[in-house]
Amino acid sequence: MADDEIILSELSDDELVLQMHDDLYDGLREEIEEGVNILIARGWAPYDALTKALVAGMTIVGADFRDGILFVPEVLLAANAMKGGMAILKPLLIATGAPRMGKMVIGTVKGDIHDIGKNLVGMMMEGAGFEVRDLGINNSVDKYLNALDEEKPDILGMSALLTTTMPYMKVVIDTMKERGMRDDYIVLVGGAPLNEEFGRAIGADAYCRDAAVAVETAKAFVARKHNRPNV
Amino acid sequence: MVTLDDTVLTEAGLPASHQGRILLIACGALAHEVLALKRLNGWDHLDLQCLPAKLHLYPDRITEEVTKSVAVHQSTYSAIFILYADCGTGGLLFEKCKELGVQMLAGPHCYSFFEGNDIFLARSETEFTAFYLTDFLVRQFDAFVWRPMGLDRHPELRDMYFGNYTKLVYQAQTDNPELDVKAQDCARRLGLAYERRFTGYGDLAVEMARVAEG
Repeated sequence: MADDEIILSELSDDELVLQMHDDLYDGLREEIEEGVNILIARGWAPYDALTKALVAGMTIVGADFRDGILFVPEVLLAANAMKGGMAILKPLLIATGAPRMGKMVIGTVKGDIHDIGKNLVGMMMEGAGFEVRDLGINNSVDKYLNALDEEKPDILGMSALLTTTMPYMKVVIDTMKERGMRDDYIVLVGGAPLNEEFGRAIGADAYCRDAAVAVETAKAFVARKHNRPNV
Repeated sequence: MVTLDDTVLTEAGLPASHQGRILLIACGALAHEVLALKRLNGWDHLDLQCLPAKLHLYPDRITEEVTKSVAVHQSTYSAIFILYADCGTGGLLFEKCKELGVQMLAGPHCYSFFEGNDIFLARSETEFTAFYLTDFLVRQFDAFVWRPMGLDRHPELRDMYFGNYTKLVYQAQTDNPELDVKAQDCARRLGLAYERRFTGYGDLAVEMARVAEG
């Protein structure tokens, strides 16, 4: 064992949480899993471990990605580490009843197989307390609408990486309008070639440029929706 | 004859030679093909400036760099044509070109116009699990795919990137057995099936002929 090796179990809670932020940043999945297990063994509520250690750590990763300090490979490694921690916490969160922010159905549009951004958004939304039903890739309008009928979510999230597939988002939104269900959902869209103007033009509620923005936007829209008087 | 270095085309591009009255502003990834078409057709009145091909790693910068280049050159050429397709700019390059009064290539990207935009569009219904490489991208696979994706440092990420793809399609602009072998190796490294498809220069040749006659 190297002299300078950090023994996670010997750290205080505060030191451990900071170390976990560093380990997430470095994409160290095993260390994150170990850190989560230590926090739980010390009596931490699963929700606190999720938000203070994992989500706070991923928020730093997200900010540095936005600022051009980190790049996609590093974010993927961090996400993979967070996934390891989430796998431990998920059953505990269900058992202990964590606060629920709302529900989201999310998927990549028809003809598009890219899911890295969509997966990151789904994970960060779960971390923020949203229940997420992930439809995967290559989703037709029928698949989206069936999922909305089944899940009755607050939010529909659509993702596309290609200029050729992003117009399909409008097909989905237009179909929702035709069926008189558009205003029942908050529609968030994202993906590398999109921009705010495109989001507005297709009738989405918002374009989200990254996972952190998606979470903040979702929280704001859900809060607004819940504050709306029933008329 | 201009000697082209792919690393220079990737990192720095190619300056205009200031010979010819029509300037083509192109992606560095197209330099070989554009110069070959110029040579084959005797289009000496066309000049070529290439922006660094690595801009494709940051498509949000393409529109800005094209705009700068048009501003620098518009007073010294009778016409300028942009040899970029949309290339991940989400329609912003098209809007900017309209504003600047210059024309650009049709289609979403080079994979499409090399194959022919109509054919590519028709195929895209069933071929959306294909990962495409052109001659340039086969030669520059490590610089454009392997290293930027971090696969040299973290090969375990491969399936997070490519797990949903099924095959690599090498769109060959030229008949080059060495590139065929290299492209097969690229497919192996990505864990994908392999298909070589000869496209030639596709719509690029058609558009350049139109510009040359204009």
